[in-house]
Amino acid sequence: MVLMKTKLATTILLGSLLLGSSQALAEVVLHRGNSGEPKSLDYAHISINIEGFVIYDLFEGLVIHDAKGAIAPGAAESWKVSDDGTVYTFKIRDNAKWSDGSPVTAEDFQFAMRRIENPKTAAEYANLLYPIKNAEAVNKGKAPVEDLGVKVIDAKTLEITLERPTPYFLQLLSHYTALPISKANYEKFGDQFVKPGNMVSNGAFKLQAHVPNDSLTVVKNESYWDAANVKIDKVIFYPIEDAAAAVRRFEAKELDVTYNFSADQIKRLRASYGAQVHVTPSLSTYYYAFDMRQPPYDDIRVRRALSMAIDRDFLSSEIYKGAQLPAYSLVPDGMEGYGKPPQPDFAAMSQIDREDKAVELLKEAGYGKGGKPLNIEIRYNTNTNHERVATAVANMWKTALGANVSLVNLDVASHYSYLKEGGKFNVARAGWAADYADPENFLALNVSTNKTFNYPHYNNPQYDALIKQSYEERDVAKRMELLRQAETLLVNDQPLAPLMGTADLWLVSDKVQGWVDNATNNHLSKFLSVSK
Amino acid sequence: MARVERKCSARVYYLTMINFVLRRLASAVPTVFLVITISFFLMRFAPGGPFDLERPLPPETMANIMKTYQLDQPLWIQYIHYLGNAVRGDFGPSFIYKDNTVAQLIAQALPYSVQIGSTALLIALVGGVILGTTAALRQNGIIDIALMSVSTVGITVPTFVMGPVLTLIFALILGWLPAGGWGDGSFRQLALPITVLALPQIAIIARLTRGSMIEALHTDHIRTAKAYGLPSRVVVITHALRGAMLPVVSYLAPAAAALLTGSAVVESIFTIPGIGRFFVLGALNRDYPLVMATVVIVAVFVIVFNLLVDIAYGLLDPRVRHD
Repeated sequence: MVLMKTKLATTILLGSLLLGSSQALAEVVLHRGNSGEPKSLDYAHISINIEGFVIYDLFEGLVIHDAKGAIAPGAAESWKVSDDGTVYTFKIRDNAKWSDGSPVTAEDFQFAMRRIENPKTAAEYANLLYPIKNAEAVNKGKAPVEDLGVKVIDAKTLEITLERPTPYFLQLLSHYTALPISKANYEKFGDQFVKPGNMVSNGAFKLQAHVPNDSLTVVKNESYWDAANVKIDKVIFYPIEDAAAAVRRFEAKELDVTYNFSADQIKRLRASYGAQVHVTPSLSTYYYAFDMRQPPYDDIRVRRALSMAIDRDFLSSEIYKGAQLPAYSLVPDGMEGYGKPPQPDFAAMSQIDREDKAVELLKEAGYGKGGKPLNIEIRYNTNTNHERVATAVANMWKTALGANVSLVNLDVASHYSYLKEGGKFNVARAGWAADYADPENFLALNVSTNKTFNYPHYNNPQYDALIKQSYEERDVAKRMELLRQAETLLVNDQPLAPLMGTADLWLVSDKVQGWVDNATNNHLSKFLSVSK
Repeated sequence: MARVERKCSARVYYLTMINFVLRRLASAVPTVFLVITISFFLMRFAPGGPFDLERPLPPETMANIMKTYQLDQPLWIQYIHYLGNAVRGDFGPSFIYKDNTVAQLIAQALPYSVQIGSTALLIALVGGVILGTTAALRQNGIIDIALMSVSTVGITVPTFVMGPVLTLIFALILGWLPAGGWGDGSFRQLALPITVLALPQIAIIARLTRGSMIEALHTDHIRTAKAYGLPSRVVVITHALRGAMLPVVSYLAPAAAALLTGSAVVESIFTIPGIGRFFVLGALNRDYPLVMATVVIVAVFVIVFNLLVDIAYGLLDPRVRHD
């Protein structure tokens, strides 16, 4: 009898404990739609933001972008910069640990950066860290990796020497190319360190499971130095490249957050979901490049006329429903210290005046009504929105300037390989999204020595000289002024017609707290929480 | 005496059959070889490469990558390498999904496609045959006309319309079924993609069955069977259906190969991690090894199913000889 009573009491006790603990243990899960499958979890081999979203939850660099997108201490608690701006000394947090409990050391950072620059790694973004001393030489196989300007002072102190002062260096360090790798773990698993079970990470989360094209699950990393402030237990990333499918899954409440949807959905989604629709201007520009190697695009009057005749307000409001904003400069708004980017003179004119002026300019150049016929081919990469833009621009050029316009579209790989290999064209669509928040990242595209990205084949020695000077300039304000002068040349010459500043489109359920729209488009899950 | 003869003819039959299968498998080798060769060169002549991205890579980095993946070698050497490795079952690393070899990706994705594809095929076969037979037995009646009208809709409405519409109704408005994802892999979770895959197949199989059933019902041996007073259920199921199945069976080979190797559209709409999505993503990204492997798999499935159909033909119709 006593035995039975004891058993009963134990059962009740156990039951209530279980009940209590199941409530206490109710997992907080964030379901994140991601617009594609990460190509790798090895940050030497990734190049786009949807990969960054996963990687930044797993790994933490010396500095990070906080919830508002500003640079903040990450694995490093503090840093010092030498007076000449070329030596950065980082103090790594004493309590910074890998998910296996081992300490994060200066050597882990040195190891990772040497690996990125090692030509054998073939890292796609190795050039981002070229401001580090000897990085370029190492990456091109002209110097051994030991020559890289990254030095271990002691286990928790790292010294990075630069080729020249680089005011945006902390922005570069916030990028995934500068993330650490646990050296001990890499020596154990080699390139297989990215697999669930092998991976050891130092971010707020650690990898639990990964089924390509289905889901990638990360769980809270209890060894993380700031684990006490991480409110989410598990984040599941769903790779969904079909934007309409992602929206349906958000509407079915299967996703709490999802990235990227078709601009033509904005109106409907806003009507149904209000503030859950986030349209954030981003540091990226949508533009049309003119092939300056051949007539008539070698004539500044023709380029200016074509650029003027494009009604950017129409593209923005009618095609993108306000998801992209009219732009007249290559450098987007919102660069710290740069102010409002230089605008071409016609930006202040009305569209009707612009068109009149454009007709005049073309006539001067001998084209248009009464002159030589203007036959233009617009090339763009296959995409519904790009097609609509090209159709609209073709119509504008046709009605305003009497041009004959044809359209050619290729898939993204073919389109860019054609441009990169120097294929001749008339007008080609391109876009650029900032790798780091600095105007230099945009303006360096059109330096004449840039064989890869200078699609218009712009060649202005004055422009090249100003950019070169900006690299040498230590004073932040003066440097920005040099860059502004360079961009003033660019907007006057119009080797390319900036059309729109792009925006990042997110759907964020009202269950999710802590979400702050920001131009860097970084949204670490550690800053978020999910209510029931 | 008769028994010995029967035994003998059975033995001869099986030997002929084995001989037939072996010959067909042997002839499949050059076919697969041809498929590999043509796709290898077609793929390489498509403009753009696996590392031509919206944000092109600096030349030095590109050179490093080309070297790593041996893309800097002459095309014919790459081709010989590929063939040599493929024979040993090594399809190489994926250029795009770099954490995995192509074999790993396929091994992971193929079972998903096969699972929903085979379920859809089974449903389509059973549903299609039942509906087709029902329609044939009531030729030109209201049921026949209704079934055939509905099946026309099933064939003509494309999956990329059917998928979102069914999701809208069953996931968003009624909230009965999930809108997508593999989830726990339960039938409820996968009901929508399976339905969307199966619907056009049900329609096609129903029409095929109806046509050949009507024909079969008018043949002499069926009329004779009826005249002997056999119950009509027996006549239809054991006699007429057997002959009526021939066109359906020959349709099943390409249908099964297509269904089991994944529908890119359905897998994208419902975010199923199958092989169809890899095929499209691989092709768009010029992931040569991934595309090659998926092409080889589709080819093998087509060959195998064609063979199975030819065997089934012999079983269904004694007039078909495998020599």
